[in-house]
Amino acid sequence: MSEKIYKPGNYPDLPPPPGTVGVYGWIRQNLFSSISNSLLTIISVVLLYYLIDGIIGWFFLDAVFDADSKIACRKIDDGACWAVITRRVGQFVYGFYPEAERWRIDITFLTMFIAFAPLLYPDIPKRKWLLYFSLFYPFFAFVLIMGGYFGLQKIEYSLFGGFMLTVILGVCGIVCSLPLGILLALGRQSNLTVVRTLSVCFIEFMRGVPLITLLFVASSMLNYFLPPGTNFSILVRVIIMFTFFSAAYIAEVIRGGIQAIPKGQYEAADALGMNYWQKTRFITLPQALKISIPGIVNTFIGLYKDTTLVVVIGLLDPLGIGRAALADTKWNGLSTETYLFVALFFFVSCFAMSRYSLWLENKLNTDKK
Amino acid sequence: MKTKMLLAGVTAGVMFAGSVLASTLDDVRARGKLNCIINTGLAGFAAPDDKGNWTGFDVDFCRAVAAATLGDANKVNYTTATGKTRFTKLAAGEGELLSRNTTWTFSRDVDLSQTFIGVNYYDGQGFMVPKALGVKSAKGLDGASVCIQTGTTTELNLAEFFAGNNIKYNPVPIETNAEAQELYKAGRCDVYTTDASGLYATMMSFDNPSDHMVLPEIVSKEPLGPVVRHGDDQWADIVAWVLRAMMAGEEKGITSKNVKELAAKDNKDKEINRLLGKDPLQGLSKLGLSADWAVNVISQVGNYQESFEKHLFPLTIKRGMNALYRDGGLHYIPPIK
Repeated sequence: MSEKIYKPGNYPDLPPPPGTVGVYGWIRQNLFSSISNSLLTIISVVLLYYLIDGIIGWFFLDAVFDADSKIACRKIDDGACWAVITRRVGQFVYGFYPEAERWRIDITFLTMFIAFAPLLYPDIPKRKWLLYFSLFYPFFAFVLIMGGYFGLQKIEYSLFGGFMLTVILGVCGIVCSLPLGILLALGRQSNLTVVRTLSVCFIEFMRGVPLITLLFVASSMLNYFLPPGTNFSILVRVIIMFTFFSAAYIAEVIRGGIQAIPKGQYEAADALGMNYWQKTRFITLPQALKISIPGIVNTFIGLYKDTTLVVVIGLLDPLGIGRAALADTKWNGLSTETYLFVALFFFVSCFAMSRYSLWLENKLNTDKK
Repeated sequence: MKTKMLLAGVTAGVMFAGSVLASTLDDVRARGKLNCIINTGLAGFAAPDDKGNWTGFDVDFCRAVAAATLGDANKVNYTTATGKTRFTKLAAGEGELLSRNTTWTFSRDVDLSQTFIGVNYYDGQGFMVPKALGVKSAKGLDGASVCIQTGTTTELNLAEFFAGNNIKYNPVPIETNAEAQELYKAGRCDVYTTDASGLYATMMSFDNPSDHMVLPEIVSKEPLGPVVRHGDDQWADIVAWVLRAMMAGEEKGITSKNVKELAAKDNKDKEINRLLGKDPLQGLSKLGLSADWAVNVISQVGNYQESFEKHLFPLTIKRGMNALYRDGGLHYIPPIK
């Protein structure tokens, strides 16, 4: 067997040996590299086939997308009965908001993206003008959703429900709790004894009490303080409780961020003659908030999912609407379909939030590049 | 936190001190709508249909009260409440009427300062078994495993019943009702026990309801009825007599179909005339209702039987104790004279 001898010089690149590249090579290397691996691969493929076949069959192929009742569904096919969702999608989205007025929710929801855009994406064109709209947006949204002004029909809060309720609770809670949380975090670090004590008490109290207790306080306890007939909407009470609760957590997350800033930064700021607010605005917060992003978004996602707890005080969020749908004798027993649908909604919104936080982290990651 | 709440309370108290408490009926009329507290979803009793309209046996009663006081059964705002929040919602004035399958007990009536105005559904704890088990009576359940929600009166009733009859059983303790249903469906326990109306609703949620049966024994008393706040006897009377009018409708054969016809003519049965406003009913003005109150109730909502058959027959619930006294049931209403 003679080996080819290469003299010094330039030679063209040779292709890799056959069977080590391409799809075939990948399969051979990763799936069939030994006898036991090959066996495992074959078993897994067979198992996957049955699993996926069953899942796709149940979800799509054997599923019924429109029927009058569960019994009608079962007559057509034996897969999932999505009719309970398709027939009630309006209820899942808007709760019991009157059908003729639902455009108001649509507009509020769509304009919400315009209002949030300049806050979430600093590079957006015409940002300054959009920011004015963001400032004005809460009033706009309130009037549009609640009605009672400008000839809009007034809507009772008891008609609120579904995803709309989740979004209202979640967005209000998130938007209000961030500034409050920042203030609390600063307060806890403050040199002023009163401010520090109050902040510590508030944070520790809120963190020491389960959210569900606060919700019961909102729905029941407050009634003992307020005179009968006081129409202090339960929605507002619940939003306040959510805000307080998550503000306490945000405050601790941000405090962690503040404490992670090297001491030299403060000393440099002091040396430059900055006062407290300048120092906070230009040195502390920009760095602390950047560090805290994952923690803050974590808290927000937690808050967003915790909104489902309102079901225990009788507000009909998507889970509540789902349960109510299951109480209809027509759809009784379709719990899998209903809960999967609600889970999908929460997954999509929470996943979006976590993707945004990743994007923001990468964008602000200036020091480690 | 507490100081803040107290502060909020005081502020609101000052703000609202100006409004003098009017009678409940005046409040409802001024608003033009009845605020009714209902279940967040219970098959047959309160559930939204596909269009978002609440329907059910308890909802019908809200509609009946609205029909009597406002002349229109659709003028109702529904507020949903869970078992834990219903009484505070009523006490806080979030509703004038609690129509939410609420069991009438001493402490709820007396200690919580509310008025139970009657019973619109006699419920009681029962047992459900698969037909394949071959048991015809709860006394034949010796050695059976029972799915039971812990910490409820249901658990106590069960223990008392089995001890009283000298039967052994294996309790399978679980936390929620939904979990119990899943375990029962999976065959982890032979028997599922809760209020009979709930058993029928659960049974209907199964893919093959006819494979299961509810045993004839009922081991507890659960009289369910509408509730109002203490302190307004006029309103309590209105609600009570609306319920009685619905039952009187069944007793006298007045239905939503023939009520207009009967109201227009002079009937031999003078009680029908008084109920439907043909003959004067002494004291009606004290209730603040118009002469056609019962006509509105029965024409727009129906009598007790119609409501029962519409909402509870689909769950295969039988009249049983909820029949009129003359049919062997417990509903016996005072004469309308």
